[in-house]
Amino acid sequence: MSGLLAPADEAGVVEAVRAAVADHAPLAVEGHGTKRGMLRPVQAARGLSTRGLRGITLYRPAEMVLAARAGTPVPEIEAALAEHGQMLIGEPPDFSGLFGTEEPATLGGIVATNLTGPRRIFATGATRDQVLGIRAVTGHAEVVRSGGRVHKDVTGLDLRKLLAGSHGTLGVLTEITLKVLPRAGGSLTLAVAVESLERGVAALSAGLGSPFGVSGAAVLPEGDVGNGLAGPVALLRLEDVAAFLPHRSGALRGVLGTFGEVKVVEGEASVALWRAIRDALPLGAIGAEEAVWRLSVRPTLGPKVAAVLKAAFPVRLMLDWGGGLVWAAGPGTAEAHAAVMRAAREAGGTFTLFRGPDALRASVAVLPEEPAPLAAIAARVKAAMDPAGVLNPGRMRAGG
Amino acid sequence: MIELPVPDRTVLARRDEILAALRAIVPAGARGEGVIGDPIRLKPYETDGLSAYRQPPLAVVLPETTEQVAAVLRYCHANNIRIVPRGAGTSLSGGALPLEDGVVIGLMRMNRILEVDYADRLAVVQAGVTNIGITQAVAADGFFYAPDPSSQLACMIGGNVMMNSGGAHCLKYGVTANNLLGVKLVTIEGEVIELGGGHLDAAGYDWLGLITGSEGQLGIVTEVTVRILRAAEGARAMLGAFRSNEVAGQVVDAIIASGIIPVALEFMDRPAIHACEAFANAGYPLDAEAMLIIEVEGNEEEQSYLLSQLKEICARFDPISLRVAETAEESIAIWKGRKGAFGAVGRISPDYLCMDGTIPTGELPNVLKRMGEMSDAYGLKVANIFHAGDGNLHPLIMFDANDPESFAKAEAFGADILKLCVEVGGCLTGEHGVGVEKRDLMPVQFLAHELEQQRRVKSAFDPQWLLNPAKVFPLAGNPALSPKVAA
Repeated sequence: MSGLLAPADEAGVVEAVRAAVADHAPLAVEGHGTKRGMLRPVQAARGLSTRGLRGITLYRPAEMVLAARAGTPVPEIEAALAEHGQMLIGEPPDFSGLFGTEEPATLGGIVATNLTGPRRIFATGATRDQVLGIRAVTGHAEVVRSGGRVHKDVTGLDLRKLLAGSHGTLGVLTEITLKVLPRAGGSLTLAVAVESLERGVAALSAGLGSPFGVSGAAVLPEGDVGNGLAGPVALLRLEDVAAFLPHRSGALRGVLGTFGEVKVVEGEASVALWRAIRDALPLGAIGAEEAVWRLSVRPTLGPKVAAVLKAAFPVRLMLDWGGGLVWAAGPGTAEAHAAVMRAAREAGGTFTLFRGPDALRASVAVLPEEPAPLAAIAARVKAAMDPAGVLNPGRMRAGG
Repeated sequence: MIELPVPDRTVLARRDEILAALRAIVPAGARGEGVIGDPIRLKPYETDGLSAYRQPPLAVVLPETTEQVAAVLRYCHANNIRIVPRGAGTSLSGGALPLEDGVVIGLMRMNRILEVDYADRLAVVQAGVTNIGITQAVAADGFFYAPDPSSQLACMIGGNVMMNSGGAHCLKYGVTANNLLGVKLVTIEGEVIELGGGHLDAAGYDWLGLITGSEGQLGIVTEVTVRILRAAEGARAMLGAFRSNEVAGQVVDAIIASGIIPVALEFMDRPAIHACEAFANAGYPLDAEAMLIIEVEGNEEEQSYLLSQLKEICARFDPISLRVAETAEESIAIWKGRKGAFGAVGRISPDYLCMDGTIPTGELPNVLKRMGEMSDAYGLKVANIFHAGDGNLHPLIMFDANDPESFAKAEAFGADILKLCVEVGGCLTGEHGVGVEKRDLMPVQFLAHELEQQRRVKSAFDPQWLLNPAKVFPLAGNPALSPKVAA
């Protein structure tokens, strides 16, 4: 790459894309580049960062709406929300620990990768579900808006959803409007000592199937040393009006009692525990030759996926999203990757090579292959959004 | 009147041949004929919930399997025949309005629930299962399917997916898109694609998100995997009556600012209150200018705690009256008028148009004031019933369909309201979809190149524009469709 472009405004992004098209010089699109190590390495002539597009452009607490330019650091947004007792619903993860990066993630990066923390198990939990409106520069070097600043908008095709999670391959996000929510007055965690991952996920299912509003549901196979929890342990979080928590935790304890001994983790310890799960820190330090995968399957199939992986290679595991999100860390080899692909396929789910040695990232399918008819549509959609193929070529798939 | 594309004469001329080919794919069976071609029997399909527009189709096909849907699409694709998908036909935006040279694919016979899994909290159902049918299948076990459009007794989940339907409770539980895990999609080429399934989030592009709310432009959904949720321990409602729309709008703001998110927050203006009270005798305050129905969930103590806080907030705004339900029965009474609102307005006016724009909630008083001025200028009454928490308006414009001038005025009034919604920072449709109704207003919300970008994505799925053409996008922008005025 011959340098990084960092325009100061949206017009500069348009200009950069126009120049890339004119020069046949593809762009590696990023925010702060904290997830540069995710998926495939991009082969591009130039880098284009949205780090110059910064600042909150609209915040109406009484309307639960916040808009910010794509390069705004997530902590800056969280701080502004906290002043009004509000929060980002999707608990955007901070993977600086996982990737060994310095700067915080940007809003644009979180939305472009559609990354969501433990609260994903809520119906409106996904980051893409909170995107009310988007501005993006397409490969036509045009600014396109989708959605806006209101809570319900079904006008036209939902390009917001297409752009969220497209990893910068269909457009460069420049500004995003989000739905936000009041922060709960209190939270605590019930930790259930379980005998196996299967029993752990069964405990999560029981909790999520209760009417008590579980907002986080994870299993740590090795437990959590800091809180004195031996593994495997099933963790269930409650967040609500503080006055409701005694009843809810008592009632939930009743539901969980049959699965094992229940301990309560409260206050800052509970908050820190879920922050660590959000950021995949229970996987431990990741070696340079190691890889990290994320698999998403039906929740009750999580333990089966874990068993398949364990049989295939030495693996460190963590289950979130009620058991359906399986995080796995292990050797960054083609054999281990093949086992991940097989496990996801057998469970009818998906996988992502989240981090790995460059040689592995460049040589394998980092996402599941799409069936031929869908791949044909995908190619046409890519051409419809980025006809010259200048946006993040090869990021998601070889040759795309 | 709405313009429809000029029918393809060669397709019309081949009508008998096309009917025969479709009958070979979907033969008559235990549930009657699989293909309807008889003009009298086509009558029920000539319109949907937007009954002002009527157009009999070339034929109606009633498949019972995904394979039949795929074969019908394969045939239509090969023969350049336009398709209009249809669920229960409850669309208020004319999404299922047929085309003279088009085949309607009705999914109502695909009405089986295929799987319910409480441990994974999901249900797999065919597209023709009604919205309420999903909740009914799981209610005995304490679960429910969250989105609850007013038409939920009739509307089908396939149509809900295509319109990204909402309802009164989406303030807390989200709309269809948020409660969807997967669909089985049949492409125009007749290929069957599984998108999503029992797991969360796509690893690649979010096709499921793009398909949701696509109004039949990208493919036909035959199977749907939805989330089912455990119902709260209980719910209770309260009613607040206020002296002006402005004040009620301020109350909505104050509630959200307090950090309490009610499960529902419904607003009715004076004409709506009067219409509903006359219809349902729900005990609504006739001296109020505006009324809020606020519902909370939880166990008894939690309900009481939240309702007392909400009562305190309301009390700061000089309410005319506050009524907190003490029992589940009293809650039902409070909801009674609201739930019968459409019927109530239907009783005081021979016909009405139900509009569906969204505005930033802070714009509420301003928008209601300007809508009142428009009402005077057009000489047509309007009643407002809407989901205040999320700013989704449903103005009901009353008119007389036997008077063409009255209908034309009602349409113009409705268009002015939607333009106002866009002007104040909102949108043309919050949950009913664009359909034919709002198609020609799309340039109010989108710039030409933005519409063109959406058209390019549509073309990526449907290069010949055979899937529900004449909806969503203005005809003029699509060279494949030259317009004619509907007969």
